Amino acid sequence: MKLPAFAYQRAESLDEAVSLLAEYGPDARVLGGGQSLLPVMALRMSNPGSLIDITRAKDLQGHAFRAAEGLVVSAAVTARRLETDPETIRRHPLVAACLAQVGHVEIRTRGTVCGSIAHADPAAEAPALLLALNGSVRVAGADRRRRIAAKDFFLGPYLTALEDGEVVAGIELPLLSDTAGWAIRETARRSGDFALAGVIALLDTDADGRCTDARIAVFGLAGTPRRATAAEMILTGQPLDDDVLTEAAQHAFDDIDLIGDLHGSVTYRRRTGIRLVERSLIDARARRAQSEVESPYA
Amino acid sequence: MRDAHEPMPVSLNVNGRAETAWTTPRTTLADFLRHELGLTGTHLGCEHGVCGACTVRLDGAPVRSCLTLAVQAEDRTVDTVEGLAEKGGTESVLHPLQEKFWKHQALQCGFCTPGFLLAALAAVEENPHLSRDEVRERLSGNICRCTGYQPIVDAVVEYAAEARGEQS
Repeated sequence: MKLPAFAYQRAESLDEAVSLLAEYGPDARVLGGGQSLLPVMALRMSNPGSLIDITRAKDLQGHAFRAAEGLVVSAAVTARRLETDPETIRRHPLVAACLAQVGHVEIRTRGTVCGSIAHADPAAEAPALLLALNGSVRVAGADRRRRIAAKDFFLGPYLTALEDGEVVAGIELPLLSDTAGWAIRETARRSGDFALAGVIALLDTDADGRCTDARIAVFGLAGTPRRATAAEMILTGQPLDDDVLTEAAQHAFDDIDLIGDLHGSVTYRRRTGIRLVERSLIDARARRAQSEVESPYA
Repeated sequence: MRDAHEPMPVSLNVNGRAETAWTTPRTTLADFLRHELGLTGTHLGCEHGVCGACTVRLDGAPVRSCLTLAVQAEDRTVDTVEGLAEKGGTESVLHPLQEKFWKHQALQCGFCTPGFLLAALAAVEENPHLSRDEVRERLSGNICRCTGYQPIVDAVVEYAAEARGEQS
């Protein structure tokens, strides 16, 4: 359908976006690339009175690698820009690999990484990536700036810890150790569809081959992206042989309430999720082993 | 704040020509091209970003014109299917990719064709060394409801080979 009518204003800066949002109240929404918000409006699931377009805000355009925070991505940066950025591919390849799974090229060309996080679709890659990396969201409001940790940000389907009047200004994606192995896998009916089940896995080990860091973020399986903490605990401290990976995968959803819908039942999602976790762990372990031989940072 | 029903001017470059027209904020780039500029070659299928029929190039990159507001295209460069064929004296000359679609009969009803052409052109320009599988992946955002995908992929693969300077 055609979009419902709305008032429109371009914000030239983050400060202007925040003050416009305060001026126009809870009926106003922030417009980034529009690849989530505009379809939702076309389908009349949302009908904001006004849109504040931040895509041209001068101070929201860039991304940078910082020693403390890692890869810092401002709100107007598109998925395609990061996915194809040579420095991101070299220094934070997991970010590029995850973003390459978002929708189609045409969507990634306009869609922003921060917009996907603010939209908080439980089946989207960017929120799960933020969660897997223990990242944070930089939030600007009328009275204060704050950082929200990924684990506190996603409250439910399309529901976040953002309060009225707050704008996502950027995100922080901490870097991985040189030796960490990682993987992303997802199952979808067609290329570019939202995942019916998706997994981002990270593994690191000490010199003896024992797991020092295990992180598993799942998406498309529950009401928010979730960490498979039961599986992470099984892996930590253990040698990463096949039996351990399989056992971890079997317990991945012990403390996660899976959702079923017309695209896939709870049983389907559990079985698919377990298999995806197992395969992702095998992939991450293989990449961990490769990094011993040849560091991508060399 | 621009009121919802208050038209505002949008200036942009379409197919090499500077254009200005007035429109309301809710107007998508697709409707702006079709209704304000009369460029009806850009087709609207689903109007929520799923089908790819409305694909145009914005500053060279492929985008959904149904998920881009006209006001967001201000000062930018848009390429549509109308810009592909060279306008000669009495008849126009098809773009080489359009020639390949013609040769391989890569269209049946033709509704999805403009979107496929623009998406494929951007893909081959970015990487002329696309494999057949990569062509399929790049065109996965475009739906052909006649399901004529094989000849479309054939046409793009052959166009990419020519773009690389190989004989077909």
